Amino acid sequence: MYLTKEEEEIMNGEAGETLRQAIEILVALGDIYGADRLIPIKSAQIAGVSYKTIGDAGLEWISDLEGQVKVPAILNPAGMDLEDWEKLRISTEFAEKQKAIVQAYKKLGIRCECTCTPYTLEGFFVGYGDHLAWSESSAISYANSVIGARTNREGGPSALSAALLGKTANYGLHLEENRVPEVSISVESPLKESDYGALGYVAGKLIGSKVPIFQLKGKPKADELKALGAAMAASGAVALYHVKGITPDACRMNFEDPEENIVIERSQLDEVYESRGKGGKEPELITIGCPHCSASELKKAAELLKGKTVSKETWIFTSRELRKRYPEYIKAIEESGAKVVCDTCMVVSPATNRYSCVMVNSGKAFAYVPGMCGAESVYGDMEACIEKATDGEKKAGGFH
Amino acid sequence: MEKKRQVVSIKLKGRTISRGCAEGKALISRDPISFLGSVDPKTGVVIEEKHSLAGKSIKGKVLVFPHGKGSTVGSYVMYQLKKNEAAPVAIINLETEPIVAVGAIISEIPLVDMLEKDPYEILKDGDTVLVNGSEGYIELLKPSGR
Repeated sequence: MYLTKEEEEIMNGEAGETLRQAIEILVALGDIYGADRLIPIKSAQIAGVSYKTIGDAGLEWISDLEGQVKVPAILNPAGMDLEDWEKLRISTEFAEKQKAIVQAYKKLGIRCECTCTPYTLEGFFVGYGDHLAWSESSAISYANSVIGARTNREGGPSALSAALLGKTANYGLHLEENRVPEVSISVESPLKESDYGALGYVAGKLIGSKVPIFQLKGKPKADELKALGAAMAASGAVALYHVKGITPDACRMNFEDPEENIVIERSQLDEVYESRGKGGKEPELITIGCPHCSASELKKAAELLKGKTVSKETWIFTSRELRKRYPEYIKAIEESGAKVVCDTCMVVSPATNRYSCVMVNSGKAFAYVPGMCGAESVYGDMEACIEKATDGEKKAGGFH
Repeated sequence: MEKKRQVVSIKLKGRTISRGCAEGKALISRDPISFLGSVDPKTGVVIEEKHSLAGKSIKGKVLVFPHGKGSTVGSYVMYQLKKNEAAPVAIINLETEPIVAVGAIISEIPLVDMLEKDPYEILKDGDTVLVNGSEGYIELLKPSGR
């Protein structure tokens, strides 16, 4: 791998130990994947934040680093709401460790908003063709697929190294030839809202880490594409997908149709909605906002909950910035007894582990809750989730 | 004058993943290793029941295994092992993947992979081996009693 004179100097330790280690990580990964050089990045998004996932091991490493990031950098969701962790009954011990992790990142100049939807934040604009080093799988998929930016699936340390150097190794999805679709997926049935998460869940299992191009009826909205990509990155390892006639690479790069074609039937999506865990349990907890709710998803939740009272524990996850931007939606949601929680999610928070069955409207959460939280997961659209949360108040009230 | 028995030291070139240089006794695993959940970060003992190294300690060893597996948190566990003085002194892989590569670098454990010959045919448990990550080679210094 070619290094500039300045990069060689960093490699030799002339810019300090932290940067030497950072460039060693990028060069090692570059060598493993056949990169020719390092390229500048516009921003970084760093995974490895929740104390539930990285533990004392991760905290120790991050705390020992020195220096300042060279590009805007932001964090993945943490294990709790950083301002109100008692809301989900997080223990003091966990909260202290979690705060220490976030402080350690802050010391390096990283923005301490913990979200999987950084592309919705002020000052974090990402455009077509921008090179990034992001590491939350749904944000990677959204940036690559919906925005047309270029990022590999970075791990926590490699994204942090990239942020400290302002560069990443040039391989994988940074190169146009690796963005060409390898498999076509056609869906004849019309889709809406959580159907996209169910489709992503089914597709991810079928294609693993291949790049798919979807042929869909209708025009998915941004939130629906977010759900599709998040689910595929969880049930499979898809970091980039295209939708014919919709996503920017598909519109600009003139792809040929891949030889392999998979047809996904409505019945396969229905199986996701009908699936129950081994115990066949009833949901005790309802969660919405994986990935973090957008403004329009918060609005919809607020409209569905307005004037109702939840009878089951209900958590709605979003970024702190959107919570602050839309106080009227937050008020309507919280008046129902549902909790709007920031900086974390049902997957990475230890709070979810207290429940035995969780209802979700996210294909990603549906895939991860059983393994990460030891709970069964049940799938439904946002309306069904809120109906379950309010114990069928919709039916009782006759709003059919 | 009696002719000195020639000591053949075997030196194999490989690819630098993590720099630094260390020597120790080889511990050989045919199974991939997930550092998260498979190795006790306090002691370096392999705790994954069905692993070929189950019950053995990787502490202070030149650990030879094909590649890593499992969670990316494994990189941090390698760092924890190092801080607890329970890490291997060096690693030889068939072909490293990112979890172990990153873990070795942040923990300053020399790591060389893709050797010019199959390390499983040349190295045995207990051999004294030098791993030079900076220059990208390993050297069998002293075979164990065989």
